[in-house]
Amino acid sequence: MRRHLRALRGPASALGGLLLTGAALAAPDAALQERLAPCIGCHGAGTSATEGVPSLGGQPADYVVTQLFQFREKQREAPPMNEVAAGFSDDDLRAYADAVATLPPPAWSGPPADAALATRAQALVAKHQCNSCHGPDLAGRDAIPRIRAQREEYLAKALAAYKSNARPGYDPAMNEVAQGLSEADIRDLAAYVSHL
Amino acid sequence: MTPISQPILTRSLTAALAGLSLSLMGSGPVAAQETPATAAPPPSVQVDRGSALYGRPEGGAAAKLAPVAGPPLATAAAKLPLDKLKVPEGFKIEVYASGLANAREMTQAPDGTLYVGTRTVGKVYAVLPKADGDGKREVKTIATGLHRPNGVAYHDGALYVAELSKIWRYDDIANHSDGAAKPTLVYDDLPKDEAHGWKFIAIGPDNKLYVPVGAPGNIVMPPDTHAQIRRMDLDGKNAEVIARGVRNTVGFDWNPKTKQLWFTDNGRDWVSEDIPNDELNVLTEPGKQHFGYPFCHQGTFTDPEYGWGHACSEFTAPAALLGPHTASLGLRFYTGTQFPEAYRDAMFVARHGSWNRTTKLGGDVVVAKPGSDGKTAAVEPFLTGFLQDNKYVGRPVDVLVAKDGSLLVSDDYNGAIYRVSYGR
Repeated sequence: MRRHLRALRGPASALGGLLLTGAALAAPDAALQERLAPCIGCHGAGTSATEGVPSLGGQPADYVVTQLFQFREKQREAPPMNEVAAGFSDDDLRAYADAVATLPPPAWSGPPADAALATRAQALVAKHQCNSCHGPDLAGRDAIPRIRAQREEYLAKALAAYKSNARPGYDPAMNEVAQGLSEADIRDLAAYVSHL
Repeated sequence: MTPISQPILTRSLTAALAGLSLSLMGSGPVAAQETPATAAPPPSVQVDRGSALYGRPEGGAAAKLAPVAGPPLATAAAKLPLDKLKVPEGFKIEVYASGLANAREMTQAPDGTLYVGTRTVGKVYAVLPKADGDGKREVKTIATGLHRPNGVAYHDGALYVAELSKIWRYDDIANHSDGAAKPTLVYDDLPKDEAHGWKFIAIGPDNKLYVPVGAPGNIVMPPDTHAQIRRMDLDGKNAEVIARGVRNTVGFDWNPKTKQLWFTDNGRDWVSEDIPNDELNVLTEPGKQHFGYPFCHQGTFTDPEYGWGHACSEFTAPAALLGPHTASLGLRFYTGTQFPEAYRDAMFVARHGSWNRTTKLGGDVVVAKPGSDGKTAAVEPFLTGFLQDNKYVGRPVDVLVAKDGSLLVSDDYNGAIYRVSYGR
């Protein structure tokens, strides 16, 4: 319900809902593309090809809005996103989150993780119950991010920062979970999840 | 209330509260019979003990349960679920203030200014008392960038704010609502665990500051520094532990007659859908009582792992049970005169609502009316409707008796404060 109402607030969705001609449908798409252009510039159109910059495709809007909020409030430090979000209104946060959520999810196209790594990582996923919040296929939901096929070095950095509390989560769940991860665990999890 | 939701609400509440009132201490071991203490210990899933998920059994249904924090942006005033909220006959409920994302603990100054802490957005708000022509009150943000500033307590012109591991005092707060106030550090001899690290604070009738330290995980053997309530002088000196075996209290107040401290305590997760209950406790011998965690839960059963070698009789039993996994948080005695006589010196308790339960429970404010023995006699629903079709439309966190005798209720899911009043 919240998502539905939020989507309706965006001018693009409102137009799309009211006008059904082909010409009218092109207009919201153009507005959406215009809004997404600066995001895609660094993050790619769903899949990031840049080291250290996460893929945004398939992220739930509730997760994106929470991260943008944390950037704006400087609760999460990740230059240049803090400066980017500094001037955003609450409505801007919602509009960008809704736009980002339309990007197609990343998919790993190379060979899968090797069998020994997969076995170790699957045991870690079970032990730390990653799927309890991130879902059975680690695709995220609501305010929980999609992590499958995310960039490997980004996943490793995020886990290390949760472990050290350098990145306090919006909710402390990840800080709590990461306390029990060794450096080798983090390497294995990042290598495996990024290759799903 | 729509005709459709009425019977659903009534049925679930009746069931929930029947369990509550029947399971009061002193009325027999009904809770133990209804919810047998034979729950199998969870299989030894290797999960971090500091994790909220520690102790979770393997299995499909349990794997669907996880805590989820509310959104960082407040719900617009026009979209608040006011039409879903129900209060007893003769009472009315209205929106007191909106736009306070993640509103948590509340405290009020004599001039009526309401101060509100937050858990996830790092802010402390001030709600100015005077409403404009449309009934809207101005909300100022008096501090930002704090780490889980859940706790607020006003005292003698100053505002005490509890972060995760630091307590601050903002002097002359009435003249420093512009966000530029420089606080004084009061106390920081506190652990930095994120688990149960956010704090409810209050200043007692003894003019001391009361600060809880939660257990650093769901079910762990807590270090000496955790699972307790401390009290200290207002300058942070002479801290002492006054209660042990307290897993995580996020609400307490003093009985205006006996001056004894009453507090809610959140029970552990993952034993069962139905046990243990959250507890309503009373501290009668400061410094001498242990309330059970992690050995005994709800006064009636020993922990599947830590209870071996112990009996619940070693620990102080709760005065009342508040329902399994209900997340019973803010607690205040009703000290006003606006409500009917039956509410005098009764406790209001905000139940944030369960996550560790397939059929959610809580998402309401209950009233615990004390009996003649000084113990709670009955727990009844008061403000209901936050839980609709097993989904939350809001989540109450704290209750506060306002200067005019009405009851204010904070909702961190919507970032709003409601006001419940009686009569015209």
